[in-house]
Amino acid sequence: MNPAGDPNVLLQAEDLLVRRGGVTVLDIPTLDVFSGQVLALIGPNGAGKSTLLLTLAGLLKPARGSLLFRGERIGNGGFDYRRHIAMVFQEPLLFDATVFENVAAGLRIRGVGRAEIVRTVPEYLERFGIAHLVKRSARKLSGGEAQRTSLARAFVTKPEIVFLDEPFSSLDPPTRDALTGDLERILRETHTTAVASTHDQTEALRLGDRLAVVNGGRIVQIGPAAEVMNRPIDEFVASFVGVETVLPGCVLRSSDGVFTAAVEGGEIQAVGHLRPGERVLCCIRPEHVTISTNTPPPGTSARNAFPGTIRKVAPLGLFHRVRVDCGFDLVAYVTRQSIEELSLEEGKTVMASFKATAVHVIPRSGAGPG
Amino acid sequence: MDLILEGIQKAFYLIFTLDAEVLGITLLSLQVSGTATLISLFIGISVGTAVALSRFPGRQLVVSLINTGMGLPPVVVGLFVTIFLWRNGPLGFLEILYTPTAIILAQAIIATPIVTGITLASIQHLPANLRLQILALGATRVQMVWLLVKEARLPLLAAVMAGFGGIISEVGASIMVGGNIKGYSRVLTTATVMETGRGNFDIAIALSVILMLLAFFVNAILTQIQQRERPR
Repeated sequence: MNPAGDPNVLLQAEDLLVRRGGVTVLDIPTLDVFSGQVLALIGPNGAGKSTLLLTLAGLLKPARGSLLFRGERIGNGGFDYRRHIAMVFQEPLLFDATVFENVAAGLRIRGVGRAEIVRTVPEYLERFGIAHLVKRSARKLSGGEAQRTSLARAFVTKPEIVFLDEPFSSLDPPTRDALTGDLERILRETHTTAVASTHDQTEALRLGDRLAVVNGGRIVQIGPAAEVMNRPIDEFVASFVGVETVLPGCVLRSSDGVFTAAVEGGEIQAVGHLRPGERVLCCIRPEHVTISTNTPPPGTSARNAFPGTIRKVAPLGLFHRVRVDCGFDLVAYVTRQSIEELSLEEGKTVMASFKATAVHVIPRSGAGPG
Repeated sequence: MDLILEGIQKAFYLIFTLDAEVLGITLLSLQVSGTATLISLFIGISVGTAVALSRFPGRQLVVSLINTGMGLPPVVVGLFVTIFLWRNGPLGFLEILYTPTAIILAQAIIATPIVTGITLASIQHLPANLRLQILALGATRVQMVWLLVKEARLPLLAAVMAGFGGIISEVGASIMVGGNIKGYSRVLTTATVMETGRGNFDIAIALSVILMLLAFFVNAILTQIQQRERPR
């Protein structure tokens, strides 16, 4: 697909196989990490996300296969390669020293001079909001502060690619939300290529340009974030990503906490205090989408109603999954009874509607996905 | 009771008047056990770290041997060092039996497994991913090992204390390989044994007090460092 010389491919894995105790824990025929993009690995615990990250970072030797960094095979035990990368683990793994010394660690290891360290470190402390903790012992940090220190330590070496292994999963929700926002901003600002694993789909959507769903040591599906969310290739992916309709959009107008966003093929209304021009991902769960065969009766509270054509009706356990093309794809769950009563079938023209409050809005700075 | 009080009185008299013989014995004890501790730290930290970080067949056995070695009886060490250094022994040509060097050798053999065992345990107690994190920071293998040892520095202080404490108070090996020669290879413990045997309890008590004070001060200093670095 992408030849070794493709300048957009920063890291390429070929035919990776990792065994542990005679059991294959990772089997990746091919994987490309594009320059300047964030690849989010999403999957359940034990799916092989960490193993994949460690292997990509050159920290775990695969039984078979190779890694190409900028088209060149990684050799010398990965030492040269390791000086181009950084990794952040779920635990902060800080040294028993001050925050400053921790952030300086990667630079010291590289033999960077004192003057340069004193100049660079504060900039990154500032960036990650821990400048006031500079002299604090790493033992006295809160979970969020410690993880910020770990992130600053990773980014201060200006790595060409950063690997993040569920970096926020042990933090409480507000801390996690704040850190995800900061990380996203810094990744976009610095145009750093990254591979991040998570089992949280909101986090994956916020950070990832591309999404890879990992299960049983294999990549089940990979592609632009919205595509994976909207077109899961199988039941596992569908159940894991939650089968949301994900629409990348841009805020047009906003008033009284309701905004209108332009998405491909239409405009939708959603709730949130956002300013015109901001980029968002609008996620709509299929159970929130109503399908009717006529125009919505006057007096409905659904602020979003779109005429469209049914593209696909597929049975899914107790209900059916109906995909409607309204200029963009919208997925709805419909009971069997409704399918029969409304005689919903492929090619039929219907009205799909959902409330503005049903839209899960994920703000995204910088460029949209894909 | 009088015996003990008089002994303690005499002890402080000997200490404060800087009695030449007592001072000589004390300094030799410090020098011998200090040197032996340094040697054991060098070997023990290297071997302990190497075993902690590597995986090889028979590793379990090696770890068991190290742990057993932590309780090596000094007399057994004394016996084998004596045999090796005996005139006809394998190392007889060195001609160091009944010298302070022989005591250093025996004490280093006693302390090394202690330091090795504690090092092994403290390196293994570091978070499992720390090694990978250090490598991901761009470290060479040597830098990685150095940073891990540095990270384990507080528990390693315990290794210094345990090693030094174990050998400064040890008597069996010192008397067997050192010979308790006056003004030459007589250390605090061997002198105490001898003076007690002769019924010179006052001097024996004096030597014991010095021994305990020495052990106390060395440990107090190291504890100070350890506790200062531990904020919680």
